[in-house]
Amino acid sequence: MLSFDVLFPSVLNGLTTGAVYALVALGLTLIYGVLHIVNFAHGAALMVALYAVYLLKTGLGIDPYLAAPIVVPGMFALGYALQRGVIGRASHGKDENILLVTLGLSIVLENLALMAFKSDTRTIDTPYTLEVVPIGPAMIALPKLVAFGGALAASAVLLWIVSRTDLGRAIRAVAKEKQGAKLMGIDVEHVYAMSYGIGLACLGAAACVLLPAYYVNPQVGGGFVLVAFTIVVLGGMGSFAGALVGGLLIGVVESLGGLFLGESLGQIGIFAIFIAVLLFRPQGLFGARA
Amino acid sequence: MRDLAGIAVFALAVAAAAFASDSGVLLNGLMMTLYAALLAQAWNVLGGYGGQFSFGHALFFGTGAYVQVIAQVSGGLNAWVALPIAVAASASVGAAVGALTFRYGLKGSYFALVTLAFAEVFRILAVSVDFTGGGVGMMLPLRESAANLQFGSRRGFVLLALGFVVVALLLTAWLRSSRFGARLQAVRDNEDAARAVGVDPFGIKLGAIVLSGALMGAGGAFYVQVFQYIDPGIAFGPATSVEALVAAIVGGMGTLWGPVLGAAVLHALAEATRNLFGQLPGLNMVVYGVVLVLIVTFLPRGLSGVGRSVRDALGGGRRSAGGGGGGDGEPRDG
Repeated sequence: MLSFDVLFPSVLNGLTTGAVYALVALGLTLIYGVLHIVNFAHGAALMVALYAVYLLKTGLGIDPYLAAPIVVPGMFALGYALQRGVIGRASHGKDENILLVTLGLSIVLENLALMAFKSDTRTIDTPYTLEVVPIGPAMIALPKLVAFGGALAASAVLLWIVSRTDLGRAIRAVAKEKQGAKLMGIDVEHVYAMSYGIGLACLGAAACVLLPAYYVNPQVGGGFVLVAFTIVVLGGMGSFAGALVGGLLIGVVESLGGLFLGESLGQIGIFAIFIAVLLFRPQGLFGARA
Repeated sequence: MRDLAGIAVFALAVAAAAFASDSGVLLNGLMMTLYAALLAQAWNVLGGYGGQFSFGHALFFGTGAYVQVIAQVSGGLNAWVALPIAVAASASVGAAVGALTFRYGLKGSYFALVTLAFAEVFRILAVSVDFTGGGVGMMLPLRESAANLQFGSRRGFVLLALGFVVVALLLTAWLRSSRFGARLQAVRDNEDAARAVGVDPFGIKLGAIVLSGALMGAGGAFYVQVFQYIDPGIAFGPATSVEALVAAIVGGMGTLWGPVLGAAVLHALAEATRNLFGQLPGLNMVVYGVVLVLIVTFLPRGLSGVGRSVRDALGGGRRSAGGGGGGDGEPRDG
């Protein structure tokens, strides 16, 4: 069971899934780092993005990978509007209000999808869905390989925006010291909304690379949301490097857990890590503060 | 004492309504409302009075439900005997989760997340192990008799649910007047200040999660006695957690009557939408979500807070001034 030929494909598969997890978690950690809110609507927003990709493919015949220029800005706009119009208004400056509002949003989004699409699980067909690529002793599905590359590329773009652009500087300033940033003439509400928008744009990119090898139903986000929280907590809330490494790590843990414990019990590994990290090292692996 | 009088009037009025009508629809509505009020009040003990926002209260609900079924089906026990065991099991799970999370000082979002994760772990375990029947779930055989806690008419279940709700209300009234309750609210409002005056936040919060878990477990046991079926998704899925916290928040958390009011309003709302728009799947929950967002945005004190604000405005604020002493259950506010 422990032979290289078994382990290698499993680890490789885990890494490809983990890259997508990392992208989802990067969006979450950006939102947490700047707004200091736990975005419970993250999974539901991913579900919305997946349906958008699905509809573009089935309705207009647009390839999921080519849909990115539509879905990514669309998700950004949705995020910007939600933060400005709903979340920011409801917060009254209290964390627990934001928890509840994002929870409310996720309930609304998931059940609107349930009303519109029923609870059927849907997939799309692309010419490359069943293509496989041999890597050493492993055969990896082509869409998974694209997902791996795409997720890493999108992560790189995000990191570039945050570290090199004026917007990124404003985001980091607000994350560190809101009052000071305000005094320097930064429009804090705008930066909040931009951050939330970018966080959701990450989900748009994730949805585009995910759907060819995955499926969509109204509950699909739920599976991702706890995984993404696990990654963010594991990597340290607000840490980008942590989210990236944590995502890949969790992908591998999930894949190996499934290999050794079976499909359903294998997920336990993720939650065990999650609870253990929350209890024993809540600042995460890369977190700054104790 | 006004609390106790109110609870007595409430109990008599509901019991009278249950006996006055033979309409199945009405009795069923009454039962479901009381059941929702029980879950909401259970959440309120920890969330409203303790300030610990659990997103995974299904953990206690599911534990109570499964223990209630397993004790009868596999253990051969009578339902009335199973009930205290189920409640005790949920309270123990509460104690275990509380001991772990509060020991390490988890609060706010972290506490919400860890309760959610525990519920999810239990869901996966319930799917994976044998004694819960796996993903198929478990049936409670039909043996209709009051001795088996399976009433022939809905009226029996209404009275049972009413009994649970009255216990939950009495417990909440006790939180409002007792030393323990005052300490719990002190920890909620400012943990450091509470510690500085000699309150042990760990022990107090642990007590609250045990009580909250016990009430939620009673809700789970009630559920299986009524519907005679449980599976991992119903037991530990997020829907029950959401139902409990939304009703408590909509009604007004940290108040005695808020959760009951919230449960009644949400049930009426759900029925109304069902009648207006038919049986669209998910519509109920859309309404729940929208109401939650609106309440948090515009009425941060919940529906029962509106009444107080109006009363205050009309009566010059005298009555609210008399309710100080740390026991009025004001939601925490800046």
